[in-house]
Amino acid sequence: MPLRRLRASATPGQMALGAAIALFLIGLLVVPVTTVIYVAFTERGTGAFTLVNFYDFFNNDLFLRSTWNSIWVALMTVAWASAIALPLAYITTRFEFKGALIIQTLGFLPLVMPPFVGAVALQLLFGRNGSINLLLDEYFGFKIPFMEGLWGVVFVEALHYFPFILVNLSVALRNIDRSMEEAAQNLGCSGFRLFRRIVFPLAMPGYIAGAALVFVKVFDDLATPLLLNVKDMLAPQAYLRVTSIGIADPMGYVISVVLIVASVLAVWLSTLSLHGKDYATVQRGGGGLSRRKLKPLGSVAAYSVVTFLLVLVLSPHIGLLILSFATVWSFSPLPDAYTTAHYSRVFDDSWVYIKNTLIYASLAAGIDVVIGGAIAYLVLRTKLIGRHWLDWAATASLAVPGVVIGIGYLRTFYDVTLPNGAPLATFWFVIVLALAIRRLPYALRACFAALQQISISLEEAAENLGATKARTMRRVLVPLMMGGMLAGFVTSFATAAVELSATLMLVQSNSDAPLAYGIYVYMQSAAGRGAGAALGVVAVVFVAVCTYLSHVLVERSQRSRGLGE
Amino acid sequence: MFRPIAAAAAILFAFGASLASAQAPAGKVTVVTSFAKDVTDPFKRAFEKAYPGVTLDVQNRNTNAAVRFIEETKSNNQIDLMWASAPDAFEVLKNKKLLQAYKPKATGIAEKVGTYPVNDPDGYYFGFAASGYGIMWNERYARANRLPEPREWQDLAKPVFFDHVSIAAPSRSGTTHLTIETILQGEGWDKGWRTIKEMAGNFRNVTERSFGVPEAVNSGQVGVGIVIDFFAFSAQAAGFPVKFAYPTVTTVVPANIGIVANAPNTAGAQAFIDFLLSAEGQEVLLDPGIRRLPVRLATYEKAPAGYPNPFKDAQFQKMMLFDVDKSEARTAAVDVLFDQTISFQLEGLKAATKAIHDAEAAIARKANAKASALVKDARDLIAALPLTEAQASSPEIRAAFTGGKEKSARQAELEQQWASFARERYAQAKARAEEALKLAR
Repeated sequence: MPLRRLRASATPGQMALGAAIALFLIGLLVVPVTTVIYVAFTERGTGAFTLVNFYDFFNNDLFLRSTWNSIWVALMTVAWASAIALPLAYITTRFEFKGALIIQTLGFLPLVMPPFVGAVALQLLFGRNGSINLLLDEYFGFKIPFMEGLWGVVFVEALHYFPFILVNLSVALRNIDRSMEEAAQNLGCSGFRLFRRIVFPLAMPGYIAGAALVFVKVFDDLATPLLLNVKDMLAPQAYLRVTSIGIADPMGYVISVVLIVASVLAVWLSTLSLHGKDYATVQRGGGGLSRRKLKPLGSVAAYSVVTFLLVLVLSPHIGLLILSFATVWSFSPLPDAYTTAHYSRVFDDSWVYIKNTLIYASLAAGIDVVIGGAIAYLVLRTKLIGRHWLDWAATASLAVPGVVIGIGYLRTFYDVTLPNGAPLATFWFVIVLALAIRRLPYALRACFAALQQISISLEEAAENLGATKARTMRRVLVPLMMGGMLAGFVTSFATAAVELSATLMLVQSNSDAPLAYGIYVYMQSAAGRGAGAALGVVAVVFVAVCTYLSHVLVERSQRSRGLGE
Repeated sequence: MFRPIAAAAAILFAFGASLASAQAPAGKVTVVTSFAKDVTDPFKRAFEKAYPGVTLDVQNRNTNAAVRFIEETKSNNQIDLMWASAPDAFEVLKNKKLLQAYKPKATGIAEKVGTYPVNDPDGYYFGFAASGYGIMWNERYARANRLPEPREWQDLAKPVFFDHVSIAAPSRSGTTHLTIETILQGEGWDKGWRTIKEMAGNFRNVTERSFGVPEAVNSGQVGVGIVIDFFAFSAQAAGFPVKFAYPTVTTVVPANIGIVANAPNTAGAQAFIDFLLSAEGQEVLLDPGIRRLPVRLATYEKAPAGYPNPFKDAQFQKMMLFDVDKSEARTAAVDVLFDQTISFQLEGLKAATKAIHDAEAAIARKANAKASALVKDARDLIAALPLTEAQASSPEIRAAFTGGKEKSARQAELEQQWASFARERYAQAKARAEEALKLAR
């Protein structure tokens, strides 16, 4: 059986690849993080090994309450994010819909928003005295607590992270073999039943990849709850303790360990849910689902749903745009007056930030796609011993607070000196590596989903025709995975472009600083708010253009391949 | 033959070294700071103009990250200066031997602001501007919600301010920590905590960044904030409709700068400190985007009318004495007590406070002795503390936060004890107040 032969055991080449990735993960993730969080296992004062800190964790009401809150918020966010992402993904891939590409791009933008900026803008619109509530109060005499407590966190997180589901699900929908859908239609299936029984199940790997990312990301997100002043969740608790001055409290690191274990567990459960099912389809190049024409009534409905969702998810950007032109915006539905002064103020600075961001984020995302693709290949296509550990280790980095990575990198790389005498940690490439490690899970999940949808028989066919493994990978696998890899690249790129917590530790001078740092520096004062917003708008436009271009590239490459066949 | 050469070389070397140290500052001066670009940019421009050939490289980090960074990179330090508000951050750095001593050349600098020494007595860090703590409010918000103008800390405890006040957590913000400590020292441990908790019952939220409070007040999300003065002054300068008042019990403390140990460019670092304290440097503080109080007395002559002067104005003369050692001894205990009984129990505390406000309003309409007694009980329950003033600075408690041998419990255990102490009492207080409301209705 060729199938068995292919899956028999690892070749030396695969072992070497596995070892190289393991080295990468150990050197850049495991070692730096361990230098910081080993404190969780030591007694304060003596430094002796102990598990008493974990005992304390489970005997503390606050930590237990925080754990449940975090799980609840993460699950609710997955539900709401799905409610936003499903219609957008389905409508834009399933129907002939004008502007599908623009919607895919716009739907992606929420990821491109440093959380601290998004929260400022959202407060101005949806806060207790934001535009909406001030108007509601004036005309109807009531307010809606959009941004209060745990529900507020769910609201903001769902708006922020639904693109993970949108991107991965759209790619999966495009990859479905059209003949499956046609077969179902021939058998008399149509409408919602077709979606529920055939289309959605086939796109499951993409959906699960996105949903798992949303769950873990929200579970580990500290910025959003903190900006909404919700402190009884796990990640904020870890952050507050790790970063307090002068007190070396082990509990912060204990919580970090709990976060890492829980995140890996969540991803493990998500892969388990796909276990034993085969999502692979053989035919490619059909460009995914056949696109139907919308009837006039359906068209109106589709456009209104899409418009409503887009306005909702882009509200932080709308708020930011207004803020960037505002003079003073305080306790009023709209600013007092408008100006372009903020843009001229940031104009000189922004070029250096943009250049750095472009270099850092694209290098990091490139590294992520290569390593993510390789890990996905090793896990799904080989029997290499310990391959799952690579997956889990890479995923664990989602759960490590950025500040822990930052401190870990300083500890590990600061004493290594470069030839010119400067410490290695001051070299800008270290920021790239930190970003690559932090964003690896995004690319990994995307590559994973893409590979799950590819039938192994295609590779077997290539090998039967005499192609080597490497050649099969280059000529068959990589082209077929292209959509998923690009989705991974774009997600890693866009989120790396706005990363702050690790960067804030590692940036050594303004000339090496990325955009998010620049925005942060401006946003720390009353007069700098508008300027920070202007720089934020620049960041969003810049990443949006990059994303749009990559979408165009994917469409074009898929179309050209479709024509070629 | 050999010796004279060696001696000559040694002399030459010594000469060269002394020449180097007396040399004019040059090259790059790297400063890590928590100050915003609006504050650092004018200084950078002025300094580089005064010392051609020197560039000031500003690395912006929040205070926590800055301290962490200097600590982690001490083996091969690349930072010349640490520049931030909170004196406690400098104390931490000094105790870890991460700062070096210097004697600034500037003259005409005040020795003390209020009762607080401007400079570290050992010469490791120097105050360059003074800041006081007070109450900032948004006028539009106040008008819309019919809030009176707050003057004193006690005002913020009034029912009218319920859900309108914001503060940064003292564990997160060195400046807020000093505000809390000021109240505790001014009013005494028990009475001080009572005031703080009565105020806290009206809190809208407890933020984790100092700047979170003025930001919320500026945008009108929160009506009143407990902040350091320059946040309010610079917001006013930027056109925001906010006002600010210094309460009677407050203190004015210096914002600081210090040279990092083993600084790569010590001469440059010293030059920047001297510049900062010079007439020119101090005038930059009057910039509308900065608006901090200079420590050089003569600079006030150039200040615009109405600029607060902590060395002259009558309101500052009343300001109380701040005992630094007392504050030092119980820093961790005060922070953790605040977090465990207020920040993380805010919901319970607010519910109890609301119930008390309702009961008191009812009693005011219809007097009822039994109800009044219940409300007093409820207030006492909220004010109750899990530890005394002496315990707060006792070696047992201090060791719990440092891991010392004398500790009676681990920090996590103390936190759990204090949190459940507060939670139970807040629930009881709420029940009493609700009972009182029933009686008075």
